[in-house]
Amino acid sequence: MTTTTSHSLAIAAKGLRKAYGDKTVLDGIDLAVPAGTVFALLGPNGAGKTTAVKILSTLIGADADDLHVGGHDLAADPQAVRAAIGVTGQFSAVDGLITGEENMLLMAGLHHLSRSEGRRVAAELLERFDLTEAAKKPASTYSGGMKRRLDIAMTLVGDPRIIFLDEPTTGLDPRSRHTMWGIIRELVTGGVTVFLTTQYLEEADELADRIAVLNDGRIAAEGTAKELKRLIPGGHVRLRFTDPAAYRSAATALREAARDDDALTLQIPSDGSQRELRAILDWLDTAGVTADELTVHTPDLDDVFFALTGDTTATHQPEETVR
Amino acid sequence: MNAPLAPARPSRISLAVRDSNTMLRRNLLHARRYPSMTLNLLLTPIMLLLLFVYIFGDVMSAGIGGGGADRSDYVAYIVPGLLLMTIGSTVIGAAISVSMDMTEGLIARFRTMAVYRGSLLIGHVVGSVLQVLASLVLVGAVAVAIGFRSTDATALEWLAAFGLLVLFALAMTWIAVGMGMASPNPEAASNMAMPLILLPLISSAFIPADTMPGWFQPIAEYQPFTPAIETLRGLLLGTEIGHNGWLAIVWCVGLTALGYRWSTALFNRDPR
Repeated sequence: MTTTTSHSLAIAAKGLRKAYGDKTVLDGIDLAVPAGTVFALLGPNGAGKTTAVKILSTLIGADADDLHVGGHDLAADPQAVRAAIGVTGQFSAVDGLITGEENMLLMAGLHHLSRSEGRRVAAELLERFDLTEAAKKPASTYSGGMKRRLDIAMTLVGDPRIIFLDEPTTGLDPRSRHTMWGIIRELVTGGVTVFLTTQYLEEADELADRIAVLNDGRIAAEGTAKELKRLIPGGHVRLRFTDPAAYRSAATALREAARDDDALTLQIPSDGSQRELRAILDWLDTAGVTADELTVHTPDLDDVFFALTGDTTATHQPEETVR
Repeated sequence: MNAPLAPARPSRISLAVRDSNTMLRRNLLHARRYPSMTLNLLLTPIMLLLLFVYIFGDVMSAGIGGGGADRSDYVAYIVPGLLLMTIGSTVIGAAISVSMDMTEGLIARFRTMAVYRGSLLIGHVVGSVLQVLASLVLVGAVAVAIGFRSTDATALEWLAAFGLLVLFALAMTWIAVGMGMASPNPEAASNMAMPLILLPLISSAFIPADTMPGWFQPIAEYQPFTPAIETLRGLLLGTEIGHNGWLAIVWCVGLTALGYRWSTALFNRDPR
């Protein structure tokens, strides 16, 4: 039943397109995000992630669209969409000139909460995001992590059912990043739908039920973290040499390794498990190879893109280029 | 999670008033928290008032009223012009704060909320007009302190003078808001709004327009400040208003309409 399907979808986009002049930013992408789930749009800088968020959150128009957010048509009833969503953009959306508490009360006012209700909600959220102590200080004096927390707290004032988070952890230190992950997980337990963008595979893996990989304005792949990982080639062990002669003799001994003659490195496919590592080390010993540096490389976003797009401009040399 | 169900959907107008009022409160909070910007903008008119009266006063007064005038006559002569200059300088603050808002992430938040679209600009405009009135009171107090007195203005004339100042403040604010919207950053907004404080220098604020070079007189006489200055002068000091009254109103209404159309067109454009 199409009607029931569209009802249970918090975000439904078909053929989402956007071009600036002759530069196509989004080239007809389809998105379907079930209510109450976390959806991650994963991609490098310039892939079109922010543009997608801007369109879905009514900030800018799309060129051609069949877009529904919260069951409302984006083009026909943007105000109804706005009433259903909360947006935390990539750039801090707090008023630095006023205090954290005043920022919260400003949101309460714009959501038409009564004065007492506004104060209650503001105090509650400031407490929840560990900002009570800083509540009376101007937001411009907050650290990056605090600003981001205030930003999200402000987004939650209206109790939105769908939340857009555009790169919520970019620029945060590792500790703040983990705090942010905790916050996002907490949102989901409340039944909220979260649409987030990220450049980090690890982040999408941690948080999202479904991940779409956006590359150059198109969805390169979509699925659960598990499904996507199956598309990613295994990791490898990288051996680096400083002496060209040692490199050449190692390369002759290890015929299966992929060579990078310029960098004097060899790559041996490996899943990074203890057993495989031991096997490789034994093999190196038997072959009499001593590398100056050995690193275990686990799959990262580069690998995903390489696997999904076959982009030969990626820094990694594909295995086939062995000369 | 924490908000109760929204009350029955309010009408469009009450929503507009409510949201604009919330935005206005934010702007007034800024002004109260950071009064230095408003006060800085006030320095120019007050300095010019003192400079022209106490330093240049003897020479300047010789040039008005066909000689015979003294320094107190000159105080009376320049105060109306300086009051209007105060408007021009105070609204520069509106251009700067609009531009600051537009360059920050906050504007994206406002745009993605179900608030009345015009509320942000209306909040800035009303806030700026209120700031202008506060500035006028301050500059007016300085003027009275150095001896400015109106000559037998009736209550109705005072009221008309007040109305003119508000109308002129509204016109200048909308233009300043448009300048703020059109500027890429606050510094550029401040530069773009400079003419608002420079125009009074080439009006009849300090010397009568008919003492200026002949080719320049039409510019001085018909630019927005001169008709408003002459009208205010007439209302407070009983001088001839003539066609300046109508000209002043036409300028105010025209600039308000232009600034409004310009600002809203820029605001409704898709942000990049």
